[in-house]
Amino acid sequence: MSYIVDRRLNSKNKSAVNRQRFLHRYRKHIKKAVADAVDGRSITDMDRGEEVVIPGDDISEPTFQHGSGGERSHVHPGNKEFVAGDQIKRPGGGGGSGTGQASNQGEGMDEFVFQLSSEEFLEFLFNDLELPNLTKRQLKGNASFKYERAGFSSDGVPAKLSVSRSVIQAKARRIALTAEPKRLLEAVQEKILEAQRLGDEVGYARYLQEALQLERRIKRIPFIDTNDLRYKLHQKRPLPTSQAVMFCLMDVSGSMDQPIKDMAKRFYLLLYMFLQRHYERTEVVFIRHHTVAKEVDEQEFFYSRETGGTVVSSALELMADVVDERYSPDEWNIYAAQASDGDNWNDDSPRCTKLLTERLLPLVQYFAYVEITQRDHQALWREYQGLANQYPDVFAQRHIRQLADIFPVFHDLFHRRSAA
Amino acid sequence: MAASARSVESSSFLSQGSDWNFDLIERYDLALGRLAASYGLDTYPNQIEIIRSDQMMDAYSSVGMPIGYSHWSFGKHFVDVERSYQRGQMGLAYEIVINSDPCIAYLMEENSITMQALVIAHACYGHNSFFKGNYLFRTWTDASAIVDYLVFAKGYIAQCEERHGVLEVEQLLDGCHALMNYGVDRYKRPHPISPEAERLRQAERADYVQRNLNTLWRTLPDSKKVVDTQNKVVFPSEPQENLLYFIEKNAPLLEPWQREVVRIVRKMAQYFYPQRQTQVMNEGWATFWHYTLLNGLYDQKLVDDAFMIEFLTSHTAVLFQPSFDHPGYSGINPYALGFAMFSDIRRMCERPTDEDREWFPQLVDTDWREALDTAMRNFKDESFILQYLSPKVMRDLKLFGIVDDDAQEHLEVAAIHDAGGYRRVRELLASQYNLGDREPNIQIVEVDTQGDRSLLLRHTRHARRPMGSTTDAVLEHLQRLWGFPVRLDSV
Repeated sequence: MSYIVDRRLNSKNKSAVNRQRFLHRYRKHIKKAVADAVDGRSITDMDRGEEVVIPGDDISEPTFQHGSGGERSHVHPGNKEFVAGDQIKRPGGGGGSGTGQASNQGEGMDEFVFQLSSEEFLEFLFNDLELPNLTKRQLKGNASFKYERAGFSSDGVPAKLSVSRSVIQAKARRIALTAEPKRLLEAVQEKILEAQRLGDEVGYARYLQEALQLERRIKRIPFIDTNDLRYKLHQKRPLPTSQAVMFCLMDVSGSMDQPIKDMAKRFYLLLYMFLQRHYERTEVVFIRHHTVAKEVDEQEFFYSRETGGTVVSSALELMADVVDERYSPDEWNIYAAQASDGDNWNDDSPRCTKLLTERLLPLVQYFAYVEITQRDHQALWREYQGLANQYPDVFAQRHIRQLADIFPVFHDLFHRRSAA
Repeated sequence: MAASARSVESSSFLSQGSDWNFDLIERYDLALGRLAASYGLDTYPNQIEIIRSDQMMDAYSSVGMPIGYSHWSFGKHFVDVERSYQRGQMGLAYEIVINSDPCIAYLMEENSITMQALVIAHACYGHNSFFKGNYLFRTWTDASAIVDYLVFAKGYIAQCEERHGVLEVEQLLDGCHALMNYGVDRYKRPHPISPEAERLRQAERADYVQRNLNTLWRTLPDSKKVVDTQNKVVFPSEPQENLLYFIEKNAPLLEPWQREVVRIVRKMAQYFYPQRQTQVMNEGWATFWHYTLLNGLYDQKLVDDAFMIEFLTSHTAVLFQPSFDHPGYSGINPYALGFAMFSDIRRMCERPTDEDREWFPQLVDTDWREALDTAMRNFKDESFILQYLSPKVMRDLKLFGIVDDDAQEHLEVAAIHDAGGYRRVRELLASQYNLGDREPNIQIVEVDTQGDRSLLLRHTRHARRPMGSTTDAVLEHLQRLWGFPVRLDSV
């Protein structure tokens, strides 16, 4: 006698808890592997898993075991030419005493290798980072509503008719409306019997007539009436969603060569992935500028070449315009990242400061400026330094010299500040 | 419709093609069950569960149990299995079977109907009857209670984590796991574990143990009394080999809940103890029966040639025994050895040679079913090999014994599969499966009740073998459990 049970529909990930425990226990190793991976691999494929290697020593579960040495015997299959009494050289070369070789043997010394899933990878990557100034986290997005049941109503479309409610309603109405005639009917019926017993022919006929009338009255009450119909009521409830827009501002003047743009791109990608993890909706606006600024698509942003001078304020102005036009600060969390090699027209820098203080910084959650250059700090850096001191909460600037700096800088910018 | 129905009727085969469905599984199970009963196999009722491959990995990592408490080591096992599986380095086992009543067997949905039938024969009738019949399982495990006990254990440990923190419980479990192999009673049958009674008695027991402990530790060293070295009471009065049991009952600093966790791990160790001692027999028995039962189906013309070819391909793959110089060699394949031995017992009963008459007079010309049944019921790997390994099997597998003595410069071939060597090879092979030889013999000999409360362990050396490199790590765990210094003497 057997029972056959289909368990395929049972929930997945029964081992998820144990897996999490394991990851937690070895988070130090995993973090290191993730950090190494960030240095090593191109950021475009950042959201895939990673192989993590943990030294066998750290992960072994020790038990009492015999070490090597002493006398031991083994039986093996597949004998070919041995006969009893044969002397065989020890495999591995080490002859003689044997007591010396006890150290580097034993099981569980192998490295333990496993695959981190892409989700876990990002989790570890952004683990101790947070977005500053998440003030407008809960916001009404215009597109997201949720329909919720909100009881019943007496009108609606036929598709939402609640049959059971309607029938209950009808039943109640019928009970209420038939109560009176039914009671009268009962009385009349008694009188009929009474008349019958007394032989009162006239009374009998009159009561019978009355009873018939009452029965007709009861019958006239409809089984279901339009008044009885009840409809399921749904209400549209706006869902609080969080949305963010990220402005990527980049200088594309002649001095910005491809390697510098590449580094900027990596920085933007990191920021984008990070924002995506925090907001349900993330939009990106690319603004590039030389002497004039222009909003472009991603392809053009990163790859088209331009030459010419540099007027940073043009980009800031455009950004302010775009914000006014499309991204009301009431509804959007606004982040901006500006990448540049630091060149700017000298006259323009004070104008940038003015633009930022007056128009942009009040609107944005965070404005990060990264200067990508091998040289010393440029004009823009010095100009911005004042801003960074003045608005430490919303404005930050960092210097990137080479590829390997990108993640540390990113990490530094978004490092979780201890609760003040 | 009518035509196809007729064509199914006209062929006697249970199935055609490789797809399975529940109806087919039921039919195969019925046919196999009937056949198994005709051979006299006594089984628990079966509960066959169809699962996905990822569920199989889950089952794997929780040592095959349907439910278990949470611990990182199971997660480690899981990611390891997952990785090897995804890389194609390892196929998943076709089946996992649990020693419970009813006997739970998992079938993977990816398998063809042939494989499902093979698994049903192997697990639901082979392993199942072994669990029900073998003396070790009968003595040491309680099939009807295990799943309930697991539920209790999981719940209890989760509760402890809530109260005392995940880390605390994890460290305790780490320590217990390290000593798990030393948490079994080898000679005394444990009380059957009934989860209900367990829950009821638990508080009572915790209380009792705590009180008893106090008696043991109450005696403060009395400065006035002259210590009587002659009649010093040694505690424990005799050496204790069940380290976890000793910890549970006597560790001075453990809280009641910690004792209970130690007890849970001990119970699990006890439950798995028979499995560790009957690998060859258990797998050999199950393999022998899937082979016999499926051939039986073929003889009854219930399965077609394609079925048999697929079955035999997989059967031979399971039984592959690489020789010692093969790159894939990793010791003796328990399936191959067990199957060869059980098949050989049947052969000796049915078609004995002169050699068999000399070596196994008690088997020759007896009913093979009875002979097999006796072997299955009354032995474990070590004694089974010692009793039944025949010269023919040794010759077929070309077994030879090597002695590795670190006092000698060379390894020596002690014996091979020839007339002079059969007995020696058999002894050597049997001792290879003797848990007592495989694991260091460690016992608790003394607790310094008057002094620093340190615990003294004694390692009795077998064949001059020293302790391995992990010993210190285990002693650290033991020390954490005991709460006071722990020493290990190797003699």
